Amino acid sequence: MLSASDKAWSDVVLETLKANDVRLAVYVPDKILIPLIDGVVADPFFKAVCATREEEALGICAGAWMGGMRSILMMQTSGFGNIPNALASLAVAYQIPVILLISERGALGEFNAGQVWSSRVVAPVCTALGIPHYAIERLDDVEFILDRSIKQAVATQSPAALVLSPLLTGGKVFAA
Amino acid sequence: MSERMRRIDLMRRLTGMLHDEAVVGGIGNTNFDLFAAGHRPQNFYMLGSMGLAFPIALGVALAQPERRVIGIEGDGSLLMNLGCLATIGTVAPANLTLIVMDNASYQITGGQPSASAAGADFVAIARGAGIARSEWSRDPDDFARLVEGALQSIGPSLIGARIDEAPAAGQPARDPAQIRDRFMQAMGTRKEFGTG
Repeated sequence: MLSASDKAWSDVVLETLKANDVRLAVYVPDKILIPLIDGVVADPFFKAVCATREEEALGICAGAWMGGMRSILMMQTSGFGNIPNALASLAVAYQIPVILLISERGALGEFNAGQVWSSRVVAPVCTALGIPHYAIERLDDVEFILDRSIKQAVATQSPAALVLSPLLTGGKVFAA
Repeated sequence: MSERMRRIDLMRRLTGMLHDEAVVGGIGNTNFDLFAAGHRPQNFYMLGSMGLAFPIALGVALAQPERRVIGIEGDGSLLMNLGCLATIGTVAPANLTLIVMDNASYQITGGQPSASAAGADFVAIARGAGIARSEWSRDPDDFARLVEGALQSIGPSLIGARIDEAPAAGQPARDPAQIRDRFMQAMGTRKEFGTG
């Protein structure tokens, strides 16, 4: 039996999604998310859908929820900047529990200025819309935060946002 | 080129053909006339999130593969989110039909011409995005024939309808929680309050 600390963060995420019957994984590609994307694509438990844009992904997740299927929406912080209107007028207004799993760029060693400022919209937008948002920084917290956030979102019919910190994932490192 | 049809006529033809199919109506006049043609509990009416009627319909289709799902979108809305056609072409759900109500204008914001007025062809775009079963309807009878064929076919399909700018014949109440709740009850994914 492996302890939580022996597992990769991405394995804990995948196991927690399964434990909560989250079967649809919609994503816009991101390098840090590779182990999650590869995981949901390889595992027949999941239906994996690559969306062209984040608000499109949000629409797919919202429709799936209304059809009785739980989903996870995986994106990068810059991609979050594409979805405030859809979050506000679809997920929040219609009380649809979409779970956003956001890989954090723009902090702790970011090398791309464009990523820095775009990443800073996540917390203020979530706060403005009353969407609970947590940064997951420690491996030991992954299961608890994700599991409880899914359960609360479903129970309260509200979206939730979880940011995967570089403290957890290692982030993306400038190669030069 | 097909003649310009009237949106409410097509919505009435469509509604008259339906049974338990889910229908997602895009914002503005599209879902106004969907409602005006006769409310069904299996109809979902959008109030915002412009351009997401097809993605929402795709989500319902993935969650309920045994149910036929129809998304209806206006030309301006679809132009905001053309990428979703490529996603639908890639995912290729067996049970999803897309309808584009194309009046070549942003009717609800004052009738500004859309790219469709300059020649953007949604059927050609959809075919190019991998939705092979994509057709323009020539007239209301042809529209009904294409809907009937689409609902019996396996794989995604798109039907284009060139419509005029007649005002919508009605509007649903703007109550998103109620719209969502009633829709989910019709989908069998939520019970009526008080029934356990």
